[in-house]
Amino acid sequence: MGKLVIDASKVNAQTAAQLVALCPFSAITYNGETLDISAACKMCRLCVRKGPAGVVQYIEDTQAPTVDKSKWQGVAVLADATGGTLHPVSFELLGKAKELAAVTGQPVMALLLCDQAADMPQKLIERGADTVYIYEHPMFRDFCVTTYANAFEDFIQKIKPSAVLVGALSRGRSLAPRVASRLRTGLTADCTMLEMKENTDLVQIRPAFGGNIMARIITPRTRPQFCTVRYKVFSAVAPNHDAAGTVLRMPVSDSWQDTRVTIESAEMKPPEKDISEADILVAVGRGLKSAADLAKVQAFCSAIGAQLACSRPLVEAGWLDASHQIGLSGKTVRPSLIITLGISGAVQFAAGMKSADCIIAVNSDPAAPIFDIAHYAVVGDLYEVMESFLKKAEEHSHET
Amino acid sequence: MNILVCIKQVPSSSNVKVDPETGVLIRDGAQSKMNPYDLYALEMGLSLRERYGGSLQVITMGPDSAKAVLMEAIYMGADHGYLISDRRFAGADVLATSYTIASAIAAIATQAPFDLILCGKQTTDGDTAQVGAELAEFLHLPHYANVQSAELTKEGALRCTCLLGRELLTARLTLPALLCADGEINTPRLPSYRRRQAARKREDWITVLSLNDFADQDSTHYGLNGSPTQVEKIFPPEKKAGHVRLTGSGQELGEQLYTLLQEKKFI
Repeated sequence: MGKLVIDASKVNAQTAAQLVALCPFSAITYNGETLDISAACKMCRLCVRKGPAGVVQYIEDTQAPTVDKSKWQGVAVLADATGGTLHPVSFELLGKAKELAAVTGQPVMALLLCDQAADMPQKLIERGADTVYIYEHPMFRDFCVTTYANAFEDFIQKIKPSAVLVGALSRGRSLAPRVASRLRTGLTADCTMLEMKENTDLVQIRPAFGGNIMARIITPRTRPQFCTVRYKVFSAVAPNHDAAGTVLRMPVSDSWQDTRVTIESAEMKPPEKDISEADILVAVGRGLKSAADLAKVQAFCSAIGAQLACSRPLVEAGWLDASHQIGLSGKTVRPSLIITLGISGAVQFAAGMKSADCIIAVNSDPAAPIFDIAHYAVVGDLYEVMESFLKKAEEHSHET
Repeated sequence: MNILVCIKQVPSSSNVKVDPETGVLIRDGAQSKMNPYDLYALEMGLSLRERYGGSLQVITMGPDSAKAVLMEAIYMGADHGYLISDRRFAGADVLATSYTIASAIAAIATQAPFDLILCGKQTTDGDTAQVGAELAEFLHLPHYANVQSAELTKEGALRCTCLLGRELLTARLTLPALLCADGEINTPRLPSYRRRQAARKREDWITVLSLNDFADQDSTHYGLNGSPTQVEKIFPPEKKAGHVRLTGSGQELGEQLYTLLQEKKFI
């Protein structure tokens, strides 16, 4: 832990110009005399590593205290039981937790907050939990984040898991930050890869800085290490009906109920045709010239039997609503086939679809980053490709 | 009702790349804008103020240039802006960022407390959607996210409707409280030309806060030092080795694509 210090004796017009150009966050300014680092600094320390030698230095402060990591054991998964059924993301996370825990030889735990556990603990054991901790009480029927957080905190204080994986569903996305901040520990959102080090540090990998960059993030000084993972990022393992595990019922205190919140009603809406469940998707992006052209894309979708999806610019332009959006600000999809039309493939988008079984990208720019993750790169104009494809499809329908 | 809306300045373009040779970040242009999701929170706040009276202020954290988004919010109708700016906050992760904003809000609230704090769904640069919830925790407030609508009950409580996945939930909260507005729940108003003209006549629209204004002066709680997560390494996204590249005229490509999908039995 430390700070950046500028050696004024080494600042001159040349070194200053180099540093100003180097900083990706425009945080370094030079007024002809003094070099300054503004609050735009993200402490990426590029100026130290890649700048002119010795001008900006990183000075280590005294080492911050670190928790005794041996007191925190195991990988815990928060099960999502919205509506009384386990969401499949819980199974995906248990599969990953088992892999991670195998590195350190520690147990896999599942935490279940619900009003009626029924057969849910058994299902969690079949999917990889060694122990299921249940907090069962009517106060958990409907979702109040502070009530849930009180039970979650109780679990962590008593059981002391080293890492906690939370599904990035609506409940988890509110709950994980609430509990992580209460415990003054780190939380990494929407991890796309997780690895375990032998010293129990969890390596959390996700897109960073809003750009085409990935970051490896660790939480080296505090425990537990919280992360959220989206649905369909990891694969669930098949249930093992012979798996043995322990179910522990935890005492619930009435005082946990947040009396500031009253839930007036909660209703489950019927499932919509959701892009994250689609088997074949056509995703369209900035390469589309106008909203009217969506009709052509729809015709293309029909010819393939695909559902329509898009990247963020089309939602921001108001051409399609957010339910169509793939990416970190939209949904994660894992179809057997995705065809992208005029999408450049920013990492923000790619994180939401790169695990698709087959990716076919159509883009006129041969250098578009989408081609780096595609199985098939179609370098061409999306309008011409669609038109020719539809003509061929029509000919084919006449033949048969 | 006194409302505070948290907003953020984000880069206009997300074209940040990392040079695979040198590991240097390359950001195209330095253009920035208000985080688009914050506009919905701001609109929700402005409509609530119109309906129930009171004030609406905005707060952001960032360099001096972030004043631009505070002014944009003021042109839309906000009464006042706060900029939290200090180099000692540099390198803050979600926890340190939330703690910094919470400390600033606590400092402002000693003069004029807030009834309702509004945040957007997430930012388009960090994309974590976590700061709102952590802020609520540090301020000891009840909160809901994915909020579709909000109103006051006759008794002066806050009623909000949230869409949590497939679950539509209506909850009543005592004030003060914090809500994270969902995206696309309203049509944000445009900045007003008249307000922009009027704003020129005054210079006290924005208050700048630094660590010196906070109750907790311990600099190890902020910035990189106060961040439990550390970025070990940044790297370009992996490339899929050996993809098949189809080239030719548009017509040829369309035909090749058709054949490919047939071969793979998708059609």
